[in-house]
Parts: sequence; structure tokens; C-alpha cells
Amino acid sequence: MTATLIALALIFTQLSLLAFGGGNTILPEMQRQVVDVHHWMPAREFSALFALAQAAPGPNMMIVTLIGWHVAGWAGMLVASIAKFGPSSLVTIAVMHAWDRFKDRPWRRIAQKGFVPVTAGLIAASALLIAKASDPNGFAWAITGVCAVLSFRTRIHPLWLLGAGSVAGLVGFGLF
Amino acid sequence: MPDLAPPDETLHTPTVRELFVGFLTLGFTSFGGALPLARRAVVEQRRWLSAAEFTDLLGLCQFLPGGNVINLSVALGMRFHGWRGALASIFGFIAGPSLVVVGLGVLYERTQDDPHVRHLFTGLAAAAAGLLISMAAKIVLPLLRDPAGAAIAVLGFIAIAILRTPLLPTMLVLTPLGIAAAALAAKRGTNRGANDGNHGGA
Repeated sequence: MTATLIALALIFTQLSLLAFGGGNTILPEMQRQVVDVHHWMPAREFSALFALAQAAPGPNMMIVTLIGWHVAGWAGMLVASIAKFGPSSLVTIAVMHAWDRFKDRPWRRIAQKGFVPVTAGLIAASALLIAKASDPNGFAWAITGVCAVLSFRTRIHPLWLLGAGSVAGLVGFGLF
Repeated sequence: MPDLAPPDETLHTPTVRELFVGFLTLGFTSFGGALPLARRAVVEQRRWLSAAEFTDLLGLCQFLPGGNVINLSVALGMRFHGWRGALASIFGFIAGPSLVVVGLGVLYERTQDDPHVRHLFTGLAAAAAGLLISMAAKIVLPLLRDPAGAAIAVLGFIAIAILRTPLLPTMLVLTPLGIAAAALAAKRGTNRGANDGNHGGA
């Protein structure tokens, strides 16, 4: 148990400090650690937890809380949450006083621009890995495709798409 | 364009309790991305910050690792009431969604053997994957006009999605490349005197 909690703490501390460009960039590494390295759950279940977290309110990294709880109960939830949200918060506190001094420097803009292609590659990788693990058959891929297009082309609220996907799954998988 | 933002004296300095309650409310009510709601609550409804202050603070939060609104809650709390404010804000923001998500987790584990529930969750997961693909497309497509950036994104995609390289070494290699490409582009822009002023980051 203690070993599991320490592993959770180490994984999510590292992910906390590497999450440039938001939480979705670290999903592939989270999946690699949780599924491939520690075998805490199969990839399919990781995707299910990701989907549950997307359906919940609040910050979009609630999957971290859910993984901690799933792996090691309430203690796991606490450890994973603190490890994920603590270090990046400390960085924010440390840097916020200096922000006024360097926010308009050219190097700051260059550094931020430099992260964009890295973030893009990581989020594209997230999308592929999560879709592969979420879609066991053609019908599921169809739901994914329709949601992707609607979300890309329209301003429809994501919660409607999640709801519609669930209903489509409930009805559709019963038929096919 | 005239500045329509209210003058500073209409701004309200929140107490620690107000920070906690404000972020608790935000946590419970923000579905599918908390940023638009956070802006409305902090700038328009509660008037903790002016629009310009909010944009400035958000710039910091987007520059640093971690979720934008999580970082924003910490920075706001720290700014108004130091460590107590920071803790009240982030705890308020995370507490509600943590309970909701664990509740959903319990529901999932109790019912996943039921075929109907399994179908429902498969549909939910498929839809969530679709949202992620759309988000990826929105970030990737602008790179098509930037060959160096596109190449770096493709390298990152191959390393992470196909080779399954760990994240830390991947970022240690790719981030300097990205920054070098951005520096080179900035230098070329200055030399040509054609700086378009577009410093937008996602």
C-alpha cells in the first residue's frame, strides 16, 4: 500500500511539473505509467475513467483524482491530488511576483511560442491513444467521429455531446 | 475603442471565505472547461479583478505548467490573502468535483457488469475521445503554415503515440527545438521588419 502511494506521488508530481499547455498533454504519459508500467488497470478502463472525469464538473484533470481513488482508495485520491495540483501551484506562487518583470520580454514570448508545437504533438498523441482504447468497434468509432466533427465545426456544448454519445451507446450497442 | 471596463474603485477585494465559496461554486457549476465561467465569475459577477488584470494573470497561468484555472485560483488566492487565500481557493475549486467524480467512479464500478450500463459508458468514452480529437485538430491545424513547428509536432506525436517514449526525455529534446524554431522565426521577422505582432499562444 505504502509503495503504491509513493508510486502515485512520484508519477503525479512529475506530471504536474511537465503539464505545459494544460492537462491533456500529459494523458499519454499518465496512461503509460498507469497501464503499461504499473498495470493498475487495462487501457480500456483508463479511457473509461477519462470519460467519467470529462462528464464531471470542475478542472479537466479530475481523472487524476479518480485514478488515485481507484488504485488506493481515499488515501490514493488524496496523494494523487496533492501530487498533481501541489507542485504546479507552488511554481505559480513562486513565479507570480516576478511575472510583471519578464512577461513582456522577448524571450518569454519565444519560450511560450516554442511550447506550442510540442503541445500540439502531445495532444494529438493523447487523442489517438484515448480513441484507440475507447473504441472497441466500428459503432464506437462512428460516435467518436461524429462528436469530433460536431465539436470542431459547431459551438455546441461538450456536455450535450457526451450525453448524446452515452444515449447512442445505450441504444446502438443494444441493436448491433 | 473606448475602455468599457469599470474603474478600479468598483472592484471588490474578496475575503478568504468569499474566495472559498466563489471557487467552490465554480467547481460545481463548470462543465466542459472552467475558463469561460471563471472569467465571468471573477470579472463580471464578483468583480475581484478588472478584465485587463484577469487577462494578465491568465497569461501567467497559461505560461506555467498545470491547469489554467487551477493556477488562476492559486494566484488569485495568494494575491489577496497569501497562503491562506491560495489554499482556500484551490481547495474550494477541487473539493466539489473530487466528490462528484468519485461518486461517478463508485457508480461505474457497481454497475459495469450490467450490459446496458456498459453500453452507456462505451458511448460516453467514445464521445469523450471525439472531443479530444476536435481539440487536437484545433491546435494542430494552425501549424500547417509553420513547417518547423509542424515537424516538431509530428516528431512528438510519433515518439509519444507510436514509440511510447517516456514524456520527460521527449520534452527535454523537443522543447529546445521548439524554442529554437520560435527564436529563429522571431529573428527573421525582425530582420525583415515585418513583425506581424501575432504572439498568440493557445
